[in-house]
Amino acid sequence: MLLSALFACLFYAAAAVLAAGLAVKIVLYARTPAPLKIPTTPAPATRSGVLWRMLREVVLFESLFGANKWIWLFGWVFHAALALVLVRHLRYFTQPVWGLVEIAQPFGIYAGFAMLAGVAGLWARRFLVERIRYISTYSDHFMLALLVAIGASGLAMKYVARTDIVALKAFMLGLMVFDWQPLPADPALLVHLALVAALMAVFPASKLLHAPGVFFSPGRNQADDSRERRHLAPSARG
Amino acid sequence: MAAPEVHAPALKEYPVIPILAAGSMAASKPYVASEKINEALGFPGKLVDDWHGRAIAKMGELLGESRALRVYLDSCVHCGACTDKCHYFLGTGDPKNMPVARQDLVRKVYRRHFTLAGKLFPKLVGAEDLTQDVLEDWYKYFNQCSECRRCSVYCPYGIDTAEITMAAKEIMDTIGMGQKYTNEIIGKVHKIGNNLGLPGPALKNTLETMEEEVKEETGLDVRFPVDEPGAEVLVVVPSADFFAEPHVYSLIGYAKVFHAAGIRWTLSSHASEAGNFGLFIGNYEQMRKIALRVREAAQELGVRRIVVGECGHAWRVAYSFWNTLIGPFDWLDARHPVPQHICELTWDLIQRGAISFEREKNDHRIVTFHDSCNVARGSGMGGIPRGQFILPRGIIRAACNHFHDMAPETIHEHTFCCGGGGGLLSDELLELRVKGALPRMEALKQVVDAHGVNFMATICAICKAQFSKVLPYYKFDMEMIGGVHQLVGDAIRLGRND
Ligand code: SF4
Ligand code: SF4
Repeated sequence: MLLSALFACLFYAAAAVLAAGLAVKIVLYARTPAPLKIPTTPAPATRSGVLWRMLREVVLFESLFGANKWIWLFGWVFHAALALVLVRHLRYFTQPVWGLVEIAQPFGIYAGFAMLAGVAGLWARRFLVERIRYISTYSDHFMLALLVAIGASGLAMKYVARTDIVALKAFMLGLMVFDWQPLPADPALLVHLALVAALMAVFPASKLLHAPGVFFSPGRNQADDSRERRHLAPSARG
Repeated sequence: MAAPEVHAPALKEYPVIPILAAGSMAASKPYVASEKINEALGFPGKLVDDWHGRAIAKMGELLGESRALRVYLDSCVHCGACTDKCHYFLGTGDPKNMPVARQDLVRKVYRRHFTLAGKLFPKLVGAEDLTQDVLEDWYKYFNQCSECRRCSVYCPYGIDTAEITMAAKEIMDTIGMGQKYTNEIIGKVHKIGNNLGLPGPALKNTLETMEEEVKEETGLDVRFPVDEPGAEVLVVVPSADFFAEPHVYSLIGYAKVFHAAGIRWTLSSHASEAGNFGLFIGNYEQMRKIALRVREAAQELGVRRIVVGECGHAWRVAYSFWNTLIGPFDWLDARHPVPQHICELTWDLIQRGAISFEREKNDHRIVTFHDSCNVARGSGMGGIPRGQFILPRGIIRAACNHFHDMAPETIHEHTFCCGGGGGLLSDELLELRVKGALPRMEALKQVVDAHGVNFMATICAICKAQFSKVLPYYKFDMEMIGGVHQLVGDAIRLGRND
């Protein structure tokens, strides 16, 4: 029971840091004025055009595709797989499990491998490509290590040392309503959960801020209408 | 003192991403502005004693004022997609010229002073204090960025290194580390009205001479009016158009267009400069002050339209920023775009059949077009998507029989900077300028070899000056470079309205 309490607290803390940290950043981004119009070509002329551009950026990584096919391949595979894996994980948080989540189950398993493959590709580039080796910092490696460890410990539970997922689900469902249930004391599971909590906690203080950042990037989210519409940032100078 | 000889890198058949040559451009930096120059702009004359404190304070201020800066400093994931996109990196191999590495010069200081992770674990997240050495690096490498925004096209988050360069320059200006070339020029605009410091009477003289020359050539009274009340159109051109070559030929081209179309136009001695170096140093107030001269001139002359000549960054400022800086423009004729680019005006006249060409007159030319970065990535034309690429090419095709585009990955929004933009067009940076031109020179060589191209048209005064200087280093004729309106001027049918 001590273990359950420990992990319950860990998750509450991590979730709180993630939510509060992200909220602070997002409010800051939203409140900071964009004094001038700086969209990058090819910029759409209308708001709906901007939404469409954003969608392509976020779903397809359009700019990255034009920049470097390898980074795009690894990066896109990683993110798409991660999305599937996350959807699959919803089954631990929902009762009854949503239909869409059910459908995603079989794919989610393969996605776990794809996710690792993507991360491995990205990590390899940090060693093999001189230019990327030059710009890599310890935290870049740390982040990739974290993702590899999370993915590997997750897959280990499926293929090496199966964990009691019924008990796990009870723990998770309980967590959400502050009704603590016992957590199975499997090493793989504990490592997995602890690392996920760590990832959540560092999110708002790390480069993972690219997730909210992409939506606030003036180069991508502004419309090319400076002659038609006078742009005045409410709190900007001048 | 003889300048050290600059050697151009060899042109390769296929562009190759260079091997890193750390520190290879560590000796390249522009002259620091004198006290007089800095103080004229309200900046401290020389490096202030408490520069560190003031620099960090300024950074905090800028973070509060620019969403771009804040988001861009937070969002980079070090993916490396931008690392091979900068012409200065491609030409020099210096890793600090990779866009992300350039950004990191500021980012590491931002992390150290403005993020929790950087305060607690500086080593881990690559945070660093703003030391004397880092400041030196700033001065060197932010003066090796032409703010061309090519990197921002490829970044998955649209991170625009130009915004970070501008912020760094703004910080350096506030601690007394202004750059001589840009700051001296801005001072001249405030005092005299243009970058070259050409006073009103000299301007009038020059234009009179030009009128005489064109009269000799054509036998017609093509006019070059200055400060003429009652004109319909105020034309604001880069001051190089008044006497530098090949720039003047474009000015002659504009004059012939107005002549042929019968539009009354005028230049202004008060706003005798389209360029706006306030952009290059990232200073909103300077940029606004320079832009205001145009508004003042237009109102005093009572014109109905404002047209901007062939100048890349001027067009970005006019197209993207004027409405914010000096608008609204409800006092001008709403039937025309405000401001309007000379290419939009000429294109419109061609479409309406109001002007026409004897294209054979350009038959000795096989033409290509260099998209200037600020036009390509920071503006538009014609109110249509990609108009800034379509209109100039359309005009060239209307005026010439032979046109060939360069490789697709080197034109349109992918265009390479000429190597001299962003306030780097000074002699002490020649090595950087020559090497930075490499990607463009390689693309040019391909069309020279394949199609016999002998003329590269462009619509930017800086591009023209830069290429005139660096083309010979790559064994090209310096007269290969010229303006779109040079081609227009050479082939347009005159004879009406004189
Ligand atoms: S803006 Fe242009 S010059 Fe500056 S880093 Fe990016 S590509 Fe290089
Ligand atoms: S492409 Fe963007 S995110 Fe990737 S390294 Fe360059 S600036 Fe950073």
